[in-house]
Amino acid sequence: MSQQENGPVMRPWLDPDAVPFIRIRNITKKFGAFTAVNNVTLDIYHNELFCLLGGSGCGKSTLLRMLSGFEQPTDGSIEIDGQDMAGMSPCDRPTNMMFQSYALFPHMSVEKNIAYGLKRDRLPRGEIADRVAEILKLVQLEEYGTRKPAQLSGGQRQRVALARSLVKKPKVLLLDEPLGALDKKLREETQFELVNIQETLGVTFIVVTHDQEEAMSISTRIGVMDQGKIIQVGEPREIYEFPQSRFVADFIGSVNMFEGQVIKDTQSKVVIHCPDAQMDIEVSHGVSCASAQKVAFAIRPEKIQMSRTKPKKALNLTRGVVQEIAYLGNLSIYHVVLDSGKAVRVTRPNLERADEHAVTWEDRVYLYWDGTAGVVLNT
Amino acid sequence: MSMQAHIAEPGRAGKWVRTVSGWFAGRGRTLVIAIPMLWLLLFFLVPFLVVGKISLSEAAIARPPYLPIWNFEDGILTLSLNLGNFQFLAEDSLYFNAYVQSLQIAFFSTILALLIGYPMAYVIARAPARLRNLLLMLVILPFWTSFLLRIYAWIGILKTNGVINNILLSLGIIHEPLVMMQTNFAVYVGIVYTYLPFMILPLYSTLVKLDESLFEAAADLGARPLTIFLSVTLPLSVPGIIAGSMLVFIPVVGEFVTPELLGGPDTLMIGRQLWTEFFANRDWPVASAVAIVMLIVLVLPVMLLQRTQPDEAGG
Repeated sequence: MSQQENGPVMRPWLDPDAVPFIRIRNITKKFGAFTAVNNVTLDIYHNELFCLLGGSGCGKSTLLRMLSGFEQPTDGSIEIDGQDMAGMSPCDRPTNMMFQSYALFPHMSVEKNIAYGLKRDRLPRGEIADRVAEILKLVQLEEYGTRKPAQLSGGQRQRVALARSLVKKPKVLLLDEPLGALDKKLREETQFELVNIQETLGVTFIVVTHDQEEAMSISTRIGVMDQGKIIQVGEPREIYEFPQSRFVADFIGSVNMFEGQVIKDTQSKVVIHCPDAQMDIEVSHGVSCASAQKVAFAIRPEKIQMSRTKPKKALNLTRGVVQEIAYLGNLSIYHVVLDSGKAVRVTRPNLERADEHAVTWEDRVYLYWDGTAGVVLNT
Repeated sequence: MSMQAHIAEPGRAGKWVRTVSGWFAGRGRTLVIAIPMLWLLLFFLVPFLVVGKISLSEAAIARPPYLPIWNFEDGILTLSLNLGNFQFLAEDSLYFNAYVQSLQIAFFSTILALLIGYPMAYVIARAPARLRNLLLMLVILPFWTSFLLRIYAWIGILKTNGVINNILLSLGIIHEPLVMMQTNFAVYVGIVYTYLPFMILPLYSTLVKLDESLFEAAADLGARPLTIFLSVTLPLSVPGIIAGSMLVFIPVVGEFVTPELLGGPDTLMIGRQLWTEFFANRDWPVASAVAIVMLIVLVLPVMLLQRTQPDEAGG
């Protein structure tokens, strides 16, 4: 689902000369003594589907509300398409917002809800009708135009809210937890739709979400937020495979973290002494850090190999006992307790329907991985 | 036998308990509804029928001061319904004028209460949550003093040598006192003042429930504050407007104390007329007829309004 295309044309953030569509510069928002957004600087490019990802209270919604104009920044500036947004009221901004609660007008039919924004622009009646019909078709609600919001299902209401915020063809569409109120199955289908609509219309989307799977599957880039700050910005793969901090590694997906000390640091490899893992972990990439610095080695559960027999060649090898197995259908999660007492999470895909030789409870297993399987984190 | 009876006894008792509890479970809903129904029957419908009966009888110097409408003599039941009271109401333009003026005063008072009460309710509903209860308290606070006392206070404010005139005279804005007492102006002041909370409270409860994000969505779609008010806030507060208007309009039509104390001789309201018929003229049948007609005048429009109202629950 992710829109990863090659080349700087589709990935303008790789091009140092590309002009950002939205420039957020040193934005800070304080509510009394509480700092909701703390000195955020961020560039978002045209046609992006950018996700602001973070837990509740991390400041992602406040940042979105400053983009829409509902909150005024305490400090800093926002520029959209070369235009400074300072002091501009929500009704004049080239943005539209899709609210988490949808905020559909309960006394108006679906058509009237969607036409509301167009009427405010005083468009001719015929054009309004055409554009409402067009957008209803896009969100597949042609037959529901005369219904009231209360007569629609949750998924249909979500699509009406999307249609209403898109019909004015805003330069930027702001979506606050757009799929939050839908159940899991519907959410997955709607993710595809959302991406399709974004690609069809070519509108820049900024999505706020707390759901990391959702962010991974729909966005061009993700900005991970914590305590009012943007911790890391990157493409979904980058965020997942190359987290730059313990927080990001832990927040996105699940991860095994080994605390240790750097004992060898060269251009091409680092060796970390990890009593927890009962070994010195070798990582085949350089890390810029002081020698003997305390660091963490992070490795994803699916990157760890596991077998009952000792592998012939393994750069990093340790042993443990399988204590728990969670069978999820497509894959299984194994909890392996190392001899040091440290619990490690390993996932294996279930490739065979009935595997008699599969690792089972109380098995003593070898865990191993090569030098590129994990990352070293020093923050 | 006695042994068997003893054994059978608890079983039978248990069955009885079960039957009773079953009866309650099945009829619980009916019982719950029956209590207010019984209340309405005893304290509304029965008195209404009594008044209806009196309105069809003939006035007499007796105790009570009217003739019975039926008579049973020599095995013959005579039922004499006297429609003369209603005929009298129709013939004497005094009553017609009183009805019209009552409706007129009630109508304009309702409009005034709405115009004053809506902004107040709006401000209270949009105030920070911790301030809301205090503001609502201030709206209700006047009810803690006697209604009559508050009307007398208004007399003190409005009369020729009252507060307003003294202030205006001492400031030199006017040179002769304004005549405010015993005019329709004073009646409006008194009525709007008295009934304002009945307008504010239902409006407040409607407005406070409106989701803030609706206004934000409207602003986000390009609506200016006035447009937001006219296209979102106002239509969504219609239930509150209707409830508040009814709570003001209906009692004001029959209002007696305020026009009596603040109004002049030309303030002709049906409540005053009713009082005069009942206590001064001691003509119970005509007074009852006045009451019945007033009820019809009030109930019919309300019923029509409810019929034209779309079913709220349908949404």
